[in-house]
Amino acid sequence: MRALVRWHLFWPCLTLALLIALNAVVNPGFLAFEWRDGHLYGNLVDILNRAAPLALVATGMTLVIAARGLDISVGAVVAISAAVAAVMIGGSLSLGDAEAVSRFPMWLAILAALAIALACGLWNGALVVGVGMQPIIATLILMVAGRGVAQLVTGGQIITIYYPPYAYLGNGFLAGLPFAAVLAAAVIALTQLLLSRTPLGLYVRAIGINPVAARIAGIRAKPITLALYGFCGLLAGVAGLIVSSNVRSADANNAGQLLELDAILAVTLGGTALTGGRFSLVGTALGALIIQTLTTTIYSLGVPPEVNLVFKAALIFIVMLLQSPEFRAGIVRLARQPGA
Amino acid sequence: MNTAAVRILGLDRRLVPLAATLALFIGLVVYGAVSYDAFLSPQVFLNLAIDNSFLCIVAIGMTFVILTGGIDLSVGSVLALTTMAAAALSKLGWSPWILVPLLLAGGSAFGAIQGFLIHRYRLQPFIVTLAGMFVARGLCYLIDTASIPISAPFFVAMAEARIPVGGGNSLSSGAVIAMITVAVALWLAHSTRFGRTVYAIGGNAKSATLMGLPVGSALVRVYAFSGGCAALAGLVMSVYMLSGYSLHAVGLELDAIAAVVIGGTLLTGGIGYVAGTVVGVLILGIIQTLVIFNGTLSSWWTRIVIGILLFLFCVAQRLIEARAGQKR
Repeated sequence: MRALVRWHLFWPCLTLALLIALNAVVNPGFLAFEWRDGHLYGNLVDILNRAAPLALVATGMTLVIAARGLDISVGAVVAISAAVAAVMIGGSLSLGDAEAVSRFPMWLAILAALAIALACGLWNGALVVGVGMQPIIATLILMVAGRGVAQLVTGGQIITIYYPPYAYLGNGFLAGLPFAAVLAAAVIALTQLLLSRTPLGLYVRAIGINPVAARIAGIRAKPITLALYGFCGLLAGVAGLIVSSNVRSADANNAGQLLELDAILAVTLGGTALTGGRFSLVGTALGALIIQTLTTTIYSLGVPPEVNLVFKAALIFIVMLLQSPEFRAGIVRLARQPGA
Repeated sequence: MNTAAVRILGLDRRLVPLAATLALFIGLVVYGAVSYDAFLSPQVFLNLAIDNSFLCIVAIGMTFVILTGGIDLSVGSVLALTTMAAAALSKLGWSPWILVPLLLAGGSAFGAIQGFLIHRYRLQPFIVTLAGMFVARGLCYLIDTASIPISAPFFVAMAEARIPVGGGNSLSSGAVIAMITVAVALWLAHSTRFGRTVYAIGGNAKSATLMGLPVGSALVRVYAFSGGCAALAGLVMSVYMLSGYSLHAVGLELDAIAAVVIGGTLLTGGIGYVAGTVVGVLILGIIQTLVIFNGTLSSWWTRIVIGILLFLFCVAQRLIEARAGQKR
């Protein structure tokens, strides 16, 4: 039992299980699955699908935070990537012609959107590594300017995507499962594999625990940190594609709004230390699922969805305080001398 | 600017960022005056003060927080919550004599709790105030998701009040409140023990503690001050908009941080001036004015230009820091 509680994924797993149990009690059909037209349907599948963009962004964020960084521009990068893809695919509603055409081939649009997202990430990384800015400020610049850039790309309009194949990214199914969820799972699994099978994971930890010591120990901290920011931008780009495909449009103002905060929350819930070093990608994925399940729960309980923000804030406070050694020491002291 | 030039101008090295900011502001004004005929009319500048009064008040609170090396992301939401509370409570017939002090105290208490968590449990200011942002915005939605109009006589009278400044030009009550806030902040930063402690914490929190300065209480008070400023800005915005709305001032915290940085305050804390922040706010305001005067530029150019300026100033700050590091 003790070993179980000590397991780093114990708390996220328990939280998720409790949330799902709460849903199952309130809504008996919650856990049901249905196989229809060769696709799997059900509330849990829906949660997986909806959590995919957040899980992807949070995965990139985990690595950046693990190396003592932070990227608050991911929401803006989501908007930019969605805007680029939407503008390049474009297409107008042609009623007679069911085979709507895209302005550029879809693969080119996707590649361009991802390339620009990667460039955004590398720009952040260059500011942090090259110029030596504090991560929050370096990424604040893109957070402020990024939505302006996205609006520049879309011309201030909400661009609707009429090209049917593009909808597959956010709404399609692969082997009966939602494509977005499969994609997110694959990315997380590959990243995890890359980090655990190569020394890269160790390097990231070392940079997070002590950047100076890591450099002196011969770890090429700068290129690695730069690559992590680039990776984070790239994943935000993928999330942007999924989000825009899901709603078949790109809204420069609202796509990915507050996503950076949700991503940080997912990372924190997953047990990654915000001070760097200790991280868990699986934990982050669980964190993203917790946030999405919480959202679904709030809807299904009939609580006004606006309360969601307060719930999230309460979660952040609890996790944050539990991570603080001072707070835990205070609790221990209270427990030892009751009434004192 | 090289050292020789600094010596010729007789500037303190710490004043270089402030001088650069001021030069930028003057440059923008000159550019506007050359490009547009009506630009130099006094009312354009008075409108700058009127339209940016709440940003100015928030940015001043933010300056103190950043001077300690922290950050306060909750200000925009606290502002919105204040407008909501002001609208909802004045609708219930609350007297402004109770309402205004209550809201100011509420904002300060909100900030103080954040400051306490940051200090007592050594939490990162960024995360604590982020959660605070969620709480305040969520509470807004709990009050109402729609916009609430304000029709209480006090607010309407404040909104209609115009303070003549000669030549047929006038200032709004909000602009006057912002100016008073600036004056109080200048006094706090440069003539009180509290101000010196704030600078000392930003310079080196450990040294400040060892010197016996009240670091903990100063930190709590700094965040309380920022929360109080946000609440005051919320009251000014309630008057300006005559409505309470949960989507008021979304992203205002970013503008405030940008104004502080462009105003020459180092984000690592310890160095910076309230006066610089005021110029920073004016620069953001004049960019917006220029975009409006241009007429063909879309509003999103404002955000892009602010981003570029933020970038340039941060790079310049790094260069200054790097040079200071070499000298040491």
